Amino acid sequence: MTAITTTELAANRRDIRPGRIIVWSLLFIGGLIMITPLLYMFSTSLKTSAQVYDLRLVPAAPTLDNYIKVLGDGRFMQWFFNSTFIALTVTASNVFFDSLVGYTLAKFQFRGRYFIFLAILSTLMIPTEMLVIPWYLMSSQLGWLNSYWGIMFPGMMTAFGTFLMKQFFEGVPNDFLEAARVDGLNEFTIWWKIAMPMVVPAISALAIFTFLGNWTAFFWPLIVTTSKELYTLPVGISSFSAESSIQWELIMTGAAIGTIPTLLVFLLLQRYIVRGVMLAGLKG
Amino acid sequence: MAKIELQGLVKEYGKTRAVHGIDLTIEDGEFVVFVGPSGCGKSTTLRMIAGLEDISGGKLLIGDEVVNQRAPKQRNIAMVFQNYAIYPHMTVGQNIGFGLYTSKLSKAEKQQRIAETGKILGLEKLLDRRPAALSGGQRQRVAIGRAMVRDPVAFLFDEPLSNLDAQLRSQMRMEIKSLHRRLGTTIVYVTHDQVEAMTMADKIVVMRDGDILQVGTPTDLYENPVDVFTARFIGSPSMNMVEGQVAGGVLTVEGVQISGLTLPPHQGKALIGIRPHDLIVAEGTGGAGLSGSGMVEAVEPLGSETLVHLRLGNNLVIATAPGRVVPAIGSTVSVQAEPGSLYLFDAASEKALGHA
Repeated sequence: MTAITTTELAANRRDIRPGRIIVWSLLFIGGLIMITPLLYMFSTSLKTSAQVYDLRLVPAAPTLDNYIKVLGDGRFMQWFFNSTFIALTVTASNVFFDSLVGYTLAKFQFRGRYFIFLAILSTLMIPTEMLVIPWYLMSSQLGWLNSYWGIMFPGMMTAFGTFLMKQFFEGVPNDFLEAARVDGLNEFTIWWKIAMPMVVPAISALAIFTFLGNWTAFFWPLIVTTSKELYTLPVGISSFSAESSIQWELIMTGAAIGTIPTLLVFLLLQRYIVRGVMLAGLKG
Repeated sequence: MAKIELQGLVKEYGKTRAVHGIDLTIEDGEFVVFVGPSGCGKSTTLRMIAGLEDISGGKLLIGDEVVNQRAPKQRNIAMVFQNYAIYPHMTVGQNIGFGLYTSKLSKAEKQQRIAETGKILGLEKLLDRRPAALSGGQRQRVAIGRAMVRDPVAFLFDEPLSNLDAQLRSQMRMEIKSLHRRLGTTIVYVTHDQVEAMTMADKIVVMRDGDILQVGTPTDLYENPVDVFTARFIGSPSMNMVEGQVAGGVLTVEGVQISGLTLPPHQGKALIGIRPHDLIVAEGTGGAGLSGSGMVEAVEPLGSETLVHLRLGNNLVIATAPGRVVPAIGSTVSVQAEPGSLYLFDAASEKALGHA
């Protein structure tokens, strides 16, 4: 009994050593800094316009009026649909095309393979701000302004996704693919039936990154659309502040509703994100 | 089932030639094992037969038809890979059935084939399991099942047992052998393990540096190796080699006595090969054949016999003693090899000269 108590004490002493306290404190502060805006967003969404500048975290008289107002507004539901449609389409496109190109670069030997890969990677160095003008000119000349396609086309395939998928496909042993080749499958079926199921963590990570990135996209959709019908959720929400006064409570309510799908996606699939990023040897 | 013929088969990677125009005929239903050290071209040859590597030169015939330009699926062969290559996201049944993916059989017929194959391989109770829940031996059986289900003209095995432990390897060797007897399908099997080659093959093909050195039955290769490499590669432990000199029909080897041998015609330096199992630890030296004594440097008691490493003249050789005899390290023992058990090789060309 005494021996056990001594062991337990020793274990406790190990657990509360100073280094650990500092690490936990820093993590706690970091967590607090990150969660405070989120809490204020939900808090403000439950306040009336008169209470917005009352900085108490718990509203004095919480109300769901803002939610009723925002959800009752047909435009908001349209923006929600636009964002969902665009994010899902771009995600599906990225998963399909990035994987196909990543697989080809990882598993086929052909002249210029390395050069193509470098060319794709080099586009990662060009900031979006530099690309916006050419994109806009292209959209304008091809009649893509104010269309779903106009919003979606720059993100339908990404260098990052191609790189991520290539790294993962390199880890798939060739024997699996050759076994399928001997079994008589064509190259597309081998990719779809054999290689893709083996990189599910990477596909999940790519899907989550792409979905979240497109769900929150603001800059390009703002530029390429002038029709309110085609606004995405972030652009639509920002329009609450574009008129005579800034309606913070409505902005926060819209943002709170808009956050829910991203939180759900993250909570449901976070283990894949971590696994995907760790396995790819990348920083998120 | 079909005969496979390799006619001057060449494989080049850029300027490097990996397989140097080899000729071989694999008869219908034969179990042929390609054996050789790493990089000898055996796996490359197998992959050329499978259609997974382009053929740089020569002809490959399966069932009297040239198939050089045919895709793997058009050759109707099945292959079992070293790491099994069974798909982790499919059940055992789905894995076996995957061999029939492109087949025109009905769903019911496919199910029947899968069930039959599962039964033959003792997998019928595991058909709904995922590969992760299987042992190494069971995974190997699934890989064989996927190959079998299609009823191919030939099975190709690429070092299929090298990931298994020694006991399982021995069990699987016998299973594959009995499967071959049962199905009668041509098997081409690649291994670097000469024990696998000796125990399974109808015909062994010894390869080195992209060339075929010798083709023959296991007994042929063991009894009549064509050169030093094959002699040392086949048989475990490897054949002892000691240097000697033949002059006027008399063989002399430093540190040993030789008498009563009938030598093949040769003059000059020679290598004398003695299998460890023919070099017996004896009570005293003398008598016909080769005899001598030397200091024991290491012993390997194996139970049924003891391998004794000793220095004979300038050469370190391995001899065999009965299981209960374990000489002390540093002690001196006498060894004896009978006439007819020695192999003579030309020292320069390393080609076999004959028995002595």
